[in-house]
Amino acid sequence: MTPRDKYEVIIGLEVHAQLKTKSKIFCGCSTAFGDEPNANTCPVCLGLPGALPVLNREAIRLAAKAALALGCRINPVSIFARKNYFYPDLPKGYQISQYEQPFSEHGEVEIMTSERDERGRPIQWRRKVIRLTRLHIEEDAGKSIHDGLPDSAEASYVDLNRSGVPLVEIVSEPDFRSSWEAYDYVQHLRQTLQYIDVCEGNMEEGNLRCDANVSVRPKGATEYGTKIELKNLNSFRFLQRALEYEVHRQIEVLESGGELRQETRLWNEREGKTTVMRTKEYAHDYRYFPEPDLPPLILTPEWIEEVKRELPELPGPRRQRFIEQYGLSFEDATTLTATRSMADYYEAVVAQGVEARAAANWILSELIYLLRSSGSDISACPITPPHLAGMIKLISEGTISGKIAKTVIQEMFQTGKTAEEVVKEKGLVQLSDPAQLEPIIDEVLQAHPDKVNAYRGGKVGLLGFFVGQVMKATKGKANPQLVNQLLREKLASSSSSE
Amino acid sequence: MDIIGLTIETLHRALQTGETTVREVCERLLERIDALDGTIGAYLTVDGERALQRADALDRERREGAPLKPLTGVPIAIKDNICTRQLRTSCASRILHNYVPPYNATAVERLLDAGAVIIGKTNCDEFAMGSSNENSAFKIVRNPWNLERVPGGSSGGSAAAVAADLCVAALGSDTGGSIRQPASLCGVVGLKPTYGRVSRYGLVAFGSSLDQIGPITKTVRDAARVLRVIAGRDWHDSTSSNHDVVDYEAALNGELKGIRVGVPREYFGQGLDAEVKRAVEMAVDRFADLGAEIVEISLPHTEYAIACYYIIATAEASSNLARYDGVRYGYRTTRAGNLREMYRRTRDEGFGAEVKRRIMLGTYVLSAGYYDAYYLKAQKVRTLIQRDFTQAFAQCDVIAGPTSPTVAFRLGEKTDDPLKMYLSDIYTITANLAAIPGISIPCGLSQDGLPIGLQLLGRRFDEATLLRVAHAYEQAYPFEHKPALEMSDS
Amino acid sequence: MPITERDVEKIAELAHLELTEEEKALFTRQLASIVRYVEKLNELDTEDVPPMMHAGAEEEADYAQRDDEVLASLGQETALANAPDKARGFFRVPRVIE
Repeated sequence: MTPRDKYEVIIGLEVHAQLKTKSKIFCGCSTAFGDEPNANTCPVCLGLPGALPVLNREAIRLAAKAALALGCRINPVSIFARKNYFYPDLPKGYQISQYEQPFSEHGEVEIMTSERDERGRPIQWRRKVIRLTRLHIEEDAGKSIHDGLPDSAEASYVDLNRSGVPLVEIVSEPDFRSSWEAYDYVQHLRQTLQYIDVCEGNMEEGNLRCDANVSVRPKGATEYGTKIELKNLNSFRFLQRALEYEVHRQIEVLESGGELRQETRLWNEREGKTTVMRTKEYAHDYRYFPEPDLPPLILTPEWIEEVKRELPELPGPRRQRFIEQYGLSFEDATTLTATRSMADYYEAVVAQGVEARAAANWILSELIYLLRSSGSDISACPITPPHLAGMIKLISEGTISGKIAKTVIQEMFQTGKTAEEVVKEKGLVQLSDPAQLEPIIDEVLQAHPDKVNAYRGGKVGLLGFFVGQVMKATKGKANPQLVNQLLREKLASSSSSE
Repeated sequence: MDIIGLTIETLHRALQTGETTVREVCERLLERIDALDGTIGAYLTVDGERALQRADALDRERREGAPLKPLTGVPIAIKDNICTRQLRTSCASRILHNYVPPYNATAVERLLDAGAVIIGKTNCDEFAMGSSNENSAFKIVRNPWNLERVPGGSSGGSAAAVAADLCVAALGSDTGGSIRQPASLCGVVGLKPTYGRVSRYGLVAFGSSLDQIGPITKTVRDAARVLRVIAGRDWHDSTSSNHDVVDYEAALNGELKGIRVGVPREYFGQGLDAEVKRAVEMAVDRFADLGAEIVEISLPHTEYAIACYYIIATAEASSNLARYDGVRYGYRTTRAGNLREMYRRTRDEGFGAEVKRRIMLGTYVLSAGYYDAYYLKAQKVRTLIQRDFTQAFAQCDVIAGPTSPTVAFRLGEKTDDPLKMYLSDIYTITANLAAIPGISIPCGLSQDGLPIGLQLLGRRFDEATLLRVAHAYEQAYPFEHKPALEMSDS
Repeated sequence: MPITERDVEKIAELAHLELTEEEKALFTRQLASIVRYVEKLNELDTEDVPPMMHAGAEEEADYAQRDDEVLASLGQETALANAPDKARGFFRVPRVIE
């Protein structure tokens, strides 16, 4: 038993997701990423004296979609609150957030999770339910730059373009028992938020950010261990590695007879470890109180119902349906429901009346490969679902072979043409006419009399050789089933005639 | 053109007859400011050049036949905690000594749309925190009626400017009486509208759930005119109301028949100066003479109002004033090696004592472990105070009483004891807590020749009745006194 | 709860105010007297009284909310116009050290 096995890991996550609005949550400034510093600012998001917030109703709608998709109950009345603290990128000296009576509470999501082997491959997928404490609406702060400028040793720089960008904060219960569970949960959140078109989900651009509370306790203990807050987990890789590091660190401290302090730690990717940011003595007293500049947010049951009707089928249920309805494996269904555009594409192909498994195979093998190597997304795929369905039909009708189809699909991908057009232009129609094939077969048999004799002498395994020769002679266009059939007949009939 | 006692009404008559021009009025005013304001200290910034340019533009429009808009050519002074584009807005604080806003407050924008001329920015208590104007970081304001007395606060500069005819009308802001109390002490009309009646966009926040912008004028009619211009829903302020804005001037019919005037016994008790009491009681008798019905009422939670107010207002202020950190605008200390020092020294050097005191109190009542005991408790008491008024207004249409317990007190008289200063807001702060409108009009002079104010309180969004009652009184018993101010020959 | 000088130091820390020794002593005295005064509220039983959490008229169902439209911003130059220190389009502050 390793020290690790003696401990139970307890992790809770706070995920900040940027809502996909054009303008900020309390003013009309653009939320565009990467503009000149401080260009997208106004009295409201600069925190100028006298400026007041006015809520963007699209942010509320998107937050409601997120809350409903994550099984949260939306409060009919929610209250905005001020969270008071000083930081140069927090222009008003407080963040407008929610505290008591938040936007929504009591959510639940079912995720698929698995531990990974040494090479990072999933070992065994299983279901797990994660409880969400709350999902509330708040504004983002600006950005401080501490490094990389000539006078960074003495000065920090502040850009307020991001100040006032709408966020939802999704707070989970301490339900994760490993770093991979946390990882799979954040993946699930991202996928869901992208599915419902609420968040871009790009961790690198900061529109999905993650903080964690981590503690460990001896297995069987009922009280929680000392809780450490981990910040700056801003990519999926960081997230899992930082959690793993922190768990090990805590166990090591305890195993060596040490004590843990309640503190906030930062993940340092360069050094691959977490370091202390501040200890409890400096912990903030945020002095939350209801924001007097914003009336309570009141949502009617009718409005909530309307938002609910807008929600698409979510990835979990959709994957399950794919398994049952189309007879797909868990892995295939997972890949095909990874994004909404992928799943929509697949179903659009199937809707053309082609066999569901065949459609899945073509997408999962050839199409995904083509998309990956060209770096494009399925939503911009040059092969439309009817085109792909058309190609699959050509195979099932016997017009082209599966092998030829691999050439055809490449051509379709590059030109955007239909399979029929490609087949016609390139003369790739399958030879399925016995009258055309028989002379070629005869030629092959005549060229290999010894092998014909051997076959007739009982070496039936040579059939494959003859098929290969015919395919070679026809540049792969011969219908393989027909070739098989004709060869068998000819080899049999000749022997009986002699 | 005599500008002593000039009102919007008389100015517009003179413009219509061609007796004067906007330029002439502005020039006269600027001359008078030049002559008198060195003594009074009502203005922090006088915007003479731009005022005259605008006057010329308005005169040109008039010559080209443009009709008079509600405030065409009216020189208006703006309290220095209300933002004016490209015109310094300091809140009488060192921390904003050089701050030039890039935008106009909605109220200012509406004044300009109605043809007004912004003549300058008036002195006030720093961030509107005070009742005597002695908390201005730059200079005190003297009461035009007696230069050794305070003008009241926090809109002391606006009230003094109107009283001394250094403008025709002014905007003030009222968080706990900051329009009505100085109006009372300076013998002019001051109206605090219902919370939500006038947009707060561009009003530098002190107590966000209490603040309102309102007019300080020489007559009730002028107050009605200005209110109509600045009132109404504003999409920059989520707390501004979409209640209809009525033609308040049309409501001024001089009629008091059927009006029930409530007299709260709690407003005439201990602490009320005998002379003020007599004058206000006489005003109440006069209402009866004019045909109104006098109803005795009770506002039982009045004695808790100041405690309630100083918790809520300072809590909100402690948060509202966090933005003054030396990062984006305003004053920054020169003695800081790191960020934390920069914050602390900037705020220490930039804020005056009263502002710091209120930030400290507000921070305390919100801090961990105290929120329920102070802030939450105060919000519950606020509900009780509001209920007092709901019950009172079931029995009457307006409530009459004194605006301030005393006439203008001496400069320096209360500066050592903040609590004593806070207690002078006793009659005005209830209106802010209950979010109802209130007006102060002059109702007499003390033996020392200092004005006494009568306060009338009304129902939420019923400024029309409030103004109608105030106007009827003013018509029947005009306040015809003027402070004795001699223009020095220069 | 009586206010001590220790409380005043803690509050000043939270409010980011640097107080001199005299200010500390003065504020301790003054805040103590104000806090004593406001504790008057404890005379009232507010067990069943809801807090007035918002001063606006609650009967109004129409809330000022904005549509999601991008409006003109001030732009970098105006945003920085009042800044005590700026460089490269940013606000500049003494280095943040935690």
